[in-house]
Amino acid sequence: MSAILQPLIENGRLWRGHGTAPRRDALPTGFDALDRVLPGGGWPHAALSEILFPADGVGELRLLRPALATLGREGRPVVLVAPPYLPFPAAWIAAGVDLRFLQVVQAGEHDAMWAAEQCLRSAACAAVLCWPGQADTATLRRLQLAAETGQTIGFLLRPSQVATQASMAAVRIGIETGPSRLRILKCRGGNPPAQAVAFASLAA
Amino acid sequence: MQWACISFPQLALDDVLRRRADRASPLVLFEGVGSRARLCAANAAAQHHGLHIGQSLTAARALYPRVNAVEHDPAAAERCHDFLAAWAYRYSSQVCRTFPQTLLLEVRASFRLFGGWPALQAELRSDLAALGFEHRIAAAPHPHAAMVLARARDGCAIEDAAHLLDALGTLPVARSGLDGSCVESLQRMGLRRLRQLFVLPRAELGKRIGAQALLHLDRLRGAAAAVLDFHQPPDVFDQRFELPFNTASHESLLFPLRRLLRDFSAFVAGRDGGAQRFTLAFEHERGAPTDIRIGLLAPERDPELLFAIARARLERTRLREPVCGLRLVSDELPPFTPARRDLFDTRPQQAVTWEALRERLRARLGEQAVHGLALHPDHRPERAWRTPAGADVPHGTRGSGGASAAPLLPPRPAWLLTRPVPLRERVERIIAGPERIESGWWDGADMRRDYYVVETSSHQCAWAFRPAGEGGPFMLQGWFA
Repeated sequence: MSAILQPLIENGRLWRGHGTAPRRDALPTGFDALDRVLPGGGWPHAALSEILFPADGVGELRLLRPALATLGREGRPVVLVAPPYLPFPAAWIAAGVDLRFLQVVQAGEHDAMWAAEQCLRSAACAAVLCWPGQADTATLRRLQLAAETGQTIGFLLRPSQVATQASMAAVRIGIETGPSRLRILKCRGGNPPAQAVAFASLAA
Repeated sequence: MQWACISFPQLALDDVLRRRADRASPLVLFEGVGSRARLCAANAAAQHHGLHIGQSLTAARALYPRVNAVEHDPAAAERCHDFLAAWAYRYSSQVCRTFPQTLLLEVRASFRLFGGWPALQAELRSDLAALGFEHRIAAAPHPHAAMVLARARDGCAIEDAAHLLDALGTLPVARSGLDGSCVESLQRMGLRRLRQLFVLPRAELGKRIGAQALLHLDRLRGAAAAVLDFHQPPDVFDQRFELPFNTASHESLLFPLRRLLRDFSAFVAGRDGGAQRFTLAFEHERGAPTDIRIGLLAPERDPELLFAIARARLERTRLREPVCGLRLVSDELPPFTPARRDLFDTRPQQAVTWEALRERLRARLGEQAVHGLALHPDHRPERAWRTPAGADVPHGTRGSGGASAAPLLPPRPAWLLTRPVPLRERVERIIAGPERIESGWWDGADMRRDYYVVETSSHQCAWAFRPAGEGGPFMLQGWFA
């Protein structure tokens, strides 16, 4: 193996069409079925992960909560940049998230992207959640670069309509409803599986 | 005891120069009015053009018409001296500023902390260079000797009495700090060096030169104790920066802003304090100044961080008129606790602490923009939370489950609508409920509601309520996201 190619393959920046990619260090999602199909075995470190959901209240936070609970134990804050609603403390505590490490940044639409970039770049946060909506590719590229330089995990929560738009995120997962499933649209370091992953809905 | 003397040969001039972006252009200070105005200080560039102290301002202007002439302001120089004393307090608890253009510091007690005189001297010099002051430094066992040596031999450091006598002995009488008439009469007697004075019988010499001069000679040698008043740093920082021109552009205010904040930072570092609340007043020719009040959640003293915060606030402020002066006032200087970093810190180069990041966000987004979350014991969802603004993220308490056990209640939604809205989506089925929440009859916010967990036609999971015991449309209170 060429000395140039080896690190690229190890970093998951290059993969071959067949075989399984080497398992990299990643943050387990807390859902075994999902961990099995993601190339790193979870949410990739120092990168963006995108979650596409059709409407509020379909499990977009339930998907992240085990990871956020793990991150809270690191002793660095998890920052929500311009969340659409107020996080209800009772529910987050019940999900095992340490509220002392949960910080909310209120910002307007334009400032929110700036704030998210600052948080990602600073390396002071364990994870950054933001809601970019219809943000353009250039903005997302900036966020991805910031996540890489700051070595921070970034979660983008966006509406399903942008699924066709190109994205810099390392992982893109779409939430489907009725029946509730997770469709992996993109995962750096491997081919996205054709089958959707079952995702227990709260209603079931 | 070991005394360091820092002498500022051109304090008033430096005070003016450091307020200017270009220090290299010729600048002179003058005293007096009209045709009697005379130069009292000139920087190197001005001296290069033939201007010198004592010259009349008219002559100076004739020699070099484009010279910048500023009227000498003794009060400003005094304030500058005060500021330097506050700065020096960082290096010694015994700082004396009673002598003009001079600071005396007892440094022996600080040697262990700073690693000896050479290291301490280097630190003093680099600080003064950054602040923009010409300086001469010397150290000696007695304060007056240190003062005389600093003026005569920059960088000289003497530890023991025998060497001190040798060093003082070689100094010319004219530079011994004795007053002019005394020096003149000594020189007429053919006494040119201090060495010659030291060997003369003391009583006879005293008859010639007077008790005052004799006392001064004794103090030089340490035979008489020096009486010094020590400086107490003030509890308030108040510094003003007069702009040489009126400006409305934010860009040209950045230099004075940076300069003021650097001084502020040096001042609070001298007290081993931090800056938490301060006011920047942008003064206009007419009317009240435009104030920017900056409040930080935790004390900070890094000049770059303070500058970034002040700059972000300035950029969001509209100045209604051109600014002619800038003033920084702070009367709240709490103790400073440096941020703890891991010894084996593997974080990237550009990393900043959470505290610094939070201040940066607050500076641009507003004071209330960054907050934590806390549970408040109340059954009403609208009141069951708090947003503590100044909550610090605790350090190093990893995984110690600080979240108090949630009360045993039916599941609550992750997203809360602080103001309920009518549920627009069609309700497909009711998953759980009703859960009656009835509370608040005592504080005027009475609430009687039946809460349901419902699934909408688009498979969303909502937390909605109806007035207690009634049917009808649902109000949306949260999403089980």
